[in-house]
Amino acid sequence: MDQVVLMQGNEACVEGAIAAGMRLFAGYPITPSTEIAELSAYRLPQVGGKFIQMEDEIASIACAIGGSVAGVKSMTATSGPGFSLKQENLGYACLAEIPLVVVDVQRMGPSTGMPTSPSQGDVMMARWGTHGDHPIIVISPSSVTEAYYQTIRAFNLSERYRTPVIFLMDEIIGHLREGMQMKEAEDITIVNRPTVQFPDPKRKPYHMNEKKGQMVPQMAPFGCGQRYNITGLIHDESGFPTNSTEEAEKLMYRLMHKISDNYKDIVRYEQVNMDDADVAIVCYGGTMRAAQTAMEMARAKGVRCGIFRPVTIWPFPERELTAALGGLKKIVVAEHNCGQIVLEVERLTRGACPVAFVGKYNGAVITPQEILQKVEEA
Amino acid sequence: MSKMELRLAGSGGQGVILASVILAEAAVQSGKYTAQSQSYGPEARGGACKAETLISDDPIGFTKVQQPTFLMALTQKALDTYTRALPENCLVLVDEGLTVPENLNGHRVLRLPILRTAKETVGRAQTANVLAVGCINALLGITDMETLKKAASLHIPRGTEEINLKALAEGVKLASAVPGEGNAPAARSEKKKGAKQ
Repeated sequence: MDQVVLMQGNEACVEGAIAAGMRLFAGYPITPSTEIAELSAYRLPQVGGKFIQMEDEIASIACAIGGSVAGVKSMTATSGPGFSLKQENLGYACLAEIPLVVVDVQRMGPSTGMPTSPSQGDVMMARWGTHGDHPIIVISPSSVTEAYYQTIRAFNLSERYRTPVIFLMDEIIGHLREGMQMKEAEDITIVNRPTVQFPDPKRKPYHMNEKKGQMVPQMAPFGCGQRYNITGLIHDESGFPTNSTEEAEKLMYRLMHKISDNYKDIVRYEQVNMDDADVAIVCYGGTMRAAQTAMEMARAKGVRCGIFRPVTIWPFPERELTAALGGLKKIVVAEHNCGQIVLEVERLTRGACPVAFVGKYNGAVITPQEILQKVEEA
Repeated sequence: MSKMELRLAGSGGQGVILASVILAEAAVQSGKYTAQSQSYGPEARGGACKAETLISDDPIGFTKVQQPTFLMALTQKALDTYTRALPENCLVLVDEGLTVPENLNGHRVLRLPILRTAKETVGRAQTANVLAVGCINALLGITDMETLKKAASLHIPRGTEEINLKALAEGVKLASAVPGEGNAPAARSEKKKGAKQ
């Protein structure tokens, strides 16, 4: 039977991670993500997992990568300042195809900014923070219940596609406590990485059967008997570095396409009252809560207002937003930054309808009234 | 039931966040929707601290207090800060040691010995937050006493059950001693429950 429990967003993230199979957390506590490290330290030993507090954020992601290479589902969590430090190893995990979940509970920046204040200023860093073209999946929850289930999805996607997934929370949801609907364990789908059945020293570690349409190589966990090389250099199927432009193109094409070709499996979004909407509010994460109330207020005044909310913000649900543009007279983008997702929305609308912007970057939350005002403006 | 918007304010270390969490737990245990959040500075102790609990029969969108229906202030600074532009129907509970600002003329303000009762009657100053929870529930009728006890037990540190439940009971007593609070909603609902049995 489903039961409702009072839980904090950060706690729900940990419980979701453990339900998904996380057995290693390596981190360095930082507000407003600290409860994730705290609860992981308490919960992991209970389920036979390990918690390690590392000396800093760089070591934390390196440790989580190491754990994952050894076959253990691993996670690290931080906030903006730590997320900056993790960028280099994030790219390493992308190229070496190491499943990993990195949580960033966003706070006001830049730099150490305002530690306890909400922000959504890391949206573009989550997409482009590490250097070089790279695939990335970024998920942003807007309730405690969603923090739980989307953390499970974050693990599932990282395992299926052997890629790091960024779980981009904000202080609003990370520190929010509300009733959470919990399903029974058997109702939860768990995905495990493609793994070699029989370790074979002759098998190339990044070998794939392309004829079968395989885009993600099977992984041999370190310690299983198969020794191989993992590198942040462009490599061929043997796992060793190569300068071949042919191999480089093959690898890069596959890395990008294993995500873009599986758009439907990866992308999630929510539409509320969009069927008859004249005005659409586009928002994500904790901002959704103010948008919901703003939409109700607008509807009560007779304004046909709806909400389009990306749950995966990268890849952005661009096909669905484009499809929804038809009857719209205006889009209002609300986010806690100086304007990041609004750029993506403007790119997709191509002037089809005006795009208004509600941005807040002073450490306070966007109120429903502030969104309503933009919705009502002619 | 209309939506309750509770704001508890004090100084970091007084436990107003925990008090606000226990009230949220009480709401969840009673089958209601709730949203609990807080804002505080980077300090571990001292500094202004504000915690909020929304309680509603309907799902909650915006998670922050907009039109408080209840305000508790345990420090003068908190009282002075959060009483600006307070809605008329907002009930205000303050510690007896505070000076009630003039802009609260016209509001229903209760000045109760929260901090003193915790220190002298319960015997530990740190239980003031749980005592306040007992008091608030008796004033607002969020849930029955058994559910409140359960909610508190889920969040107080292990080993402090006895003294905290004592504080909870003292808080209820404080509220019932207030003139006109004899028929507080909590008391009513408990009577109703008794009648059913």
